[in-house]
Amino acid sequence: MIELIIINGLVYGGVYAVLTLGFSLVFGVAKLLNLAYTAYYMICGFIIFVLATILGVDLIPSIIVAILITCLLGMISYEVCLARVKEHEVTVLIISVALAILFQELFLLIFGGDYRRIPPFVTGFLEIAGVRVTYQHFIAIGICLITLISVGLLLSKTKLGYAIRAVAQDREIANLMGINVDRVYILTMVISVALAGIACAVVSPIFMVHPLMWVHSLIIVLAAAVLGGLGSIRGSVIAAFILAFTEVAVVTLVPGGSFLRGAVSLGVMIVVLIVKPEGLFGIVFEEERL
Amino acid sequence: MITFYNKKNDWFKVILISLLFSTVTTLAYASQPVSTLKKIKIGVIGPMKFGVGQQEWWGAKIAADEINGAGGVVVKGVKHEIELVKADSNETKSTTDAVNAMEKLITFDKVNFVTGGYVAEPVLAMQEVIADSKVIYIGGAGTQMLTERVAKNYNRYKYYFRNIHSNETMFSSVIFSLIDMEVEKIRTELGISKPRVAFLLDKIQACEVMPEIGRTLLPKMGAEIAGVWRTSMRADDLSAELTAIKASGAHIIYHFLAGPSATVFSKQWGELRIPAATAGYNNELPWKRHWKDTNGMCEYEVGFCNIGRTEMTYKTIPFFDKFLRETGEYPTDHSSTYDNVYILKEAVERAGTLETEAVLGELEKTNSIGTRGRIAFYPRGHKWPHDKVFGAEYDTQVGVQWQKGSLMVVWPDGRHVVGGLDDKSMIGVKYKGTVDYKLPPWMVEYWKGKTGK
Repeated sequence: MIELIIINGLVYGGVYAVLTLGFSLVFGVAKLLNLAYTAYYMICGFIIFVLATILGVDLIPSIIVAILITCLLGMISYEVCLARVKEHEVTVLIISVALAILFQELFLLIFGGDYRRIPPFVTGFLEIAGVRVTYQHFIAIGICLITLISVGLLLSKTKLGYAIRAVAQDREIANLMGINVDRVYILTMVISVALAGIACAVVSPIFMVHPLMWVHSLIIVLAAAVLGGLGSIRGSVIAAFILAFTEVAVVTLVPGGSFLRGAVSLGVMIVVLIVKPEGLFGIVFEEERL
Repeated sequence: MITFYNKKNDWFKVILISLLFSTVTTLAYASQPVSTLKKIKIGVIGPMKFGVGQQEWWGAKIAADEINGAGGVVVKGVKHEIELVKADSNETKSTTDAVNAMEKLITFDKVNFVTGGYVAEPVLAMQEVIADSKVIYIGGAGTQMLTERVAKNYNRYKYYFRNIHSNETMFSSVIFSLIDMEVEKIRTELGISKPRVAFLLDKIQACEVMPEIGRTLLPKMGAEIAGVWRTSMRADDLSAELTAIKASGAHIIYHFLAGPSATVFSKQWGELRIPAATAGYNNELPWKRHWKDTNGMCEYEVGFCNIGRTEMTYKTIPFFDKFLRETGEYPTDHSSTYDNVYILKEAVERAGTLETEAVLGELEKTNSIGTRGRIAFYPRGHKWPHDKVFGAEYDTQVGVQWQKGSLMVVWPDGRHVVGGLDDKSMIGVKYKGTVDYKLPPWMVEYWKGKTGK
């Protein structure tokens, strides 16, 4: 039983970590609580579905095109809806939720509510200590690691990364130092949406695609971001694994309460906020905070 | 040349004109567009953005088109056209939306009758609306609370009839009959004397009684419970549950998945090659698209529905084929609205009026051949009045299994009948075209390896 929790926990944790990365990035830099983040994840899924399943385009080109289209959409919706109100957190919150619901209803109208299949990169499974895990799950974990390393390198080794971190630390000073703050915000938004697209590309063959898929993902993303410490990428990735292990433990140890796995994630988030309002790694990884 | 100026020709003229006039008016009446006739409005309510709602609409529409094409409903010599009114209950997401949709049908659209509905909790709420408004509703959902209410407070709830799904006791008996069939197969082919059964159930009202029924029936079959998993109807991923079920050593998965997560189940059960047979309700299983949606991973999956392409009645196969031609899909449970429209037509014609109490009285006397069996309702005084009669010749349900890309009927097989109401009548029932049930080959390989057989 313990091996079941460990292996499934690692698998789910990898998936949730990919999802959480982009959200933490945009919040850490732009201080934007963009609740439409997982809606882009849903949109990317449907674009891949249309291209790969309906039109028969090969999977890799479908994913690339879908990510590009989603980034463009993310950029446009940021410029049109969020850029002007980014100083007002509550307004950003409300507008981003409204945007997510708008996208949801639009896709419900076009595609209906039934679940849609996206072909996996590879079929089949591997059995480890008696636990069966699909190859697609392993790909998700692998891409999570590559993405995390890539984002880390971007932030620590590139000019853009320095600019992003500077803006995150102090926007006014960064502006005075000649950094184009608005351009950094847009680029951060684009990177964030691209990360949502990458998450979708590896996760949707596992989960399937439907217009309400953004809701549960948003809960996970928020819980991981808060639990890890808002703005701490490393913290939120670790928190994603903590939440994943919690969910898998619920399913394995309390099978009759399997439907409560999402509620448990939120419960963990509430408990942490009460005990440590800054999040689990809010202080430890202060130097890592963007 | 005919002259019109003498008496003989005047009579001829009168006769000719009369004949012409009669012919023209007769032709005009016969070709009269039905829309100028009186209407009977039937509301079709369901989650229309989902396949369930689509099936409810398609079933009702095919029936309405047939009836209108044949001249409509004749009430005391007056032709009436059936007009369907579509209402999206959104019940998989919101009970409030379902109640609002029902209220709109009644107060704004002013329908005479309603059919449809699917999820237990919203249908229970909608039942209150039709009870307040005294509108006949032939509904769905599997919870027996719906007809237990009719028994407890007949005068208030008598307007509800169920002819889409069976109640949970009845369909549980179908599932346990499928399990009985699989238990025998597992014993004979795999040499396992006491198979273990895992329950994977949606967290909905209709599933509450199932584990309890299992605790009573499974030991009698020589099987035991491996565990009970309750999941959300909207779950995106069931791989954790499925791997936990595998770890529990289950040989059979009793599943009841009424929402979109049903497709996820089929896909992941097949992808992970979980070494357990399936028996239960999978909302998506009987759809033609299910094979493609799961990329063939649903092969060997077993479930039940209330119709299969087999001679349940003389109407079944013609309806099945017509439904497939017109919609591109197999009919599933929810296309029972087809029969519902017909029994409403018959009840109205017998009553000779659209007046609710009179039609209700006739509806209670329904005894007609439908597409799934003979349709009749349990009477007042029964513990489930207005539930459709279950048993041989009536509603039996069918067990279906995907085999090599085709959806085959594997039950009733004439032998395996467990629990339920009036189940003894099912012994010997086996429809023409029923094939043998097959265990998944990977399951056979896995357990033969373990048992050394």
